[in-house]
Amino acid sequence: MSSQPHIEPSTGDVAHIEFQHVRMSFGTRRVFDDLSCAFPRGKITVILGGSGSGKSTALRLIGGLVRPQAGLITVDGEDITRLSEREMYHVRPKLGMMFQDGALLNSMTIFENLAFPLREHTQSSEAEIADEVHDRLQSVGLSDIDDLLPGQLSGGMTKRVALARALMMKPIILLCDEPLSGLDPISLRRIESLLLDINRRLQMTMVVISHHIRSTMRMAERVLILLPDGAVSGTPQDLQRSEDPRVASFLDLDASIELTVAPVEAEPARSGRGDSK
Amino acid sequence: MNLVRSLGTVTIGFVEELGRLAAFSAHMARCVITPPIRLRPFIEEVFKLGVLSLIIICVCGVAVGAVLGLQGYNTLVTFGATQSLGAVVGLSLVRELGPVLTALLATGRAGSATAAEIGTMVATEQLDGLRMMSVDPVHFVITPKALAMIVVMPLLSALFIVSGLFGGYLVGVHLMGVDPGSYMNSLQSAVDFSDDILGSLLKALVFGVLVGLIATYRGYKSEPTSAGVSAATTSTVVIASVSILIFDYFITALWGV
Amino acid sequence: MNRSGTRDLIVGLFVLAGLAAIAYLSLSVGGLSFRQPGGLKLYADFDEIGGLKTRAQVVISGVKVGEISSITLDKDYRARVGLNLDAGLKLPVDTSASIFTAGLLGDRYISLQPGGEETLLKSGDQITFVESAVILERMIGKLIHNAGVDEEK
Repeated sequence: MSSQPHIEPSTGDVAHIEFQHVRMSFGTRRVFDDLSCAFPRGKITVILGGSGSGKSTALRLIGGLVRPQAGLITVDGEDITRLSEREMYHVRPKLGMMFQDGALLNSMTIFENLAFPLREHTQSSEAEIADEVHDRLQSVGLSDIDDLLPGQLSGGMTKRVALARALMMKPIILLCDEPLSGLDPISLRRIESLLLDINRRLQMTMVVISHHIRSTMRMAERVLILLPDGAVSGTPQDLQRSEDPRVASFLDLDASIELTVAPVEAEPARSGRGDSK
Repeated sequence: MNLVRSLGTVTIGFVEELGRLAAFSAHMARCVITPPIRLRPFIEEVFKLGVLSLIIICVCGVAVGAVLGLQGYNTLVTFGATQSLGAVVGLSLVRELGPVLTALLATGRAGSATAAEIGTMVATEQLDGLRMMSVDPVHFVITPKALAMIVVMPLLSALFIVSGLFGGYLVGVHLMGVDPGSYMNSLQSAVDFSDDILGSLLKALVFGVLVGLIATYRGYKSEPTSAGVSAATTSTVVIASVSILIFDYFITALWGV
Repeated sequence: MNRSGTRDLIVGLFVLAGLAAIAYLSLSVGGLSFRQPGGLKLYADFDEIGGLKTRAQVVISGVKVGEISSITLDKDYRARVGLNLDAGLKLPVDTSASIFTAGLLGDRYISLQPGGEETLLKSGDQITFVESAVILERMIGKLIHNAGVDEEK
């Protein structure tokens, strides 16, 4: 990898992203009442929660794609709730977002998709861009897929390309919306190790949404559980030892589901979007 | 009283929707003058909306012209005025049928495709992906599509009219025996550039704006589900078609033809 | 990229075809022509212009040589018609202008009959010999009146 880390090694748990008393609703549907939490610098924080608990919304709030009705959200020291959409364009280069279904541009080839952010925001030559794109693809274990279209990729490949694209502009924070969903166990482990690798090597702050308890416990340094009546956070060890009945039943519930349902690798033609969160 | 209340709600909703449409159009207008110029997406869109509609426009044009030739002949023959067939076919096509039918056909083909495409991009988070890469989706995706529609409409309309004149010629001259010289002559003397051709192109341009705006707006605001995409497509065709016909009346009345 | 090269070509051809169609409609069918600026501008006063409209044709021996540029009412309530003619036209000062109808129910136009004098009309001059438009109703009225007079005799 040719890139330099963008942040200093973390000195203790410094908050890189912070939510303070955030209230979020969509019309009449209240998602968060009074959410306050911190995402530490350089660490992987996993957000867990049932359907509709607001996991995706939390991620979109960090990215500025939706605005809260009340509260403060700071990203890398800047309050983004006050920023206009155009001002957000200056914050977003620090954030890389990996969408659940990839959100790759359907009309462009894989190469063009990855080259896109570089062509938009840098003055690099075509040769430099080609090098960067191929490096990035190699780092996620892919090669020779330059001319394929997003519709031709399998589920696992789509996620890896999405990850590569999120990293193209060398962000300091990586946001991942269900990077492990819909994958077979092998692809799942591959993505998991890629994410861990990126975090270790670049000390990158990561916020990951997940459904998989076991994988979360392996990966996360902090966990945020969004429950219907509030949020609980802590290290994986804290939560597993927690005496809070809600936490225990949540971890138990999802663990049992994970044991009985084995996800199957999606077909190369991508399936439609799942239920909204 | 409930009826009155519903009427009020619908009216307020309608006005609010117009307001949102106006804001959307203003955003697009700002994007047109903001660099960078999205030439490649624009050319792609001209291809998708214009070139791919060519066959349907020309075939329908010839068909409509042929029908005009037939109907026109059958009516004129009772007045002994068949030498004016060129004028009848020409004026009908240029003033009304050319721009209106082209716009309706384009709405069905290109307008619905645009709405569906944009709606799908919303549903698959591609537009959000663009925002997260600090690219305005309206600038990159929407504006080229709308601009292409505006540019393509007058071109398609002119091609429709020429196809129609040809269709009328085929039927009138080769089938019904009208003298080719009279056909062309009456056509040329009846159709005037400023009164007719200019008005026709203006209509086509306005219709292009309407379809471009409505298709992109409905696609952009669609619900991010497959039901939402199909609703966007249907409403695009319905709203655009009605708007075209209403605007047709007002332009005809104001242009003073 | 080869893919986009072909595409550009097709788009270019399409645009050309469209513009050609517009040009054909404007020039050949619609009769748009590019007049040289500074044409011969004359005017004539008529008692009656009938349905003469601006941009109507001005012809000599059936050939179009210009068009009506303006129609106004002068202080004597006569119709002052402005003519914009081809720049190189040589018309003697005793040229006459008559308002005719194309066909039986067609549009009005002006036909010029060049005279025999040596002096030529310059831009801004007036055509003094005019023949007003024939109004169908007046002719019919006269016909009926004459028929009535004949009956009395």
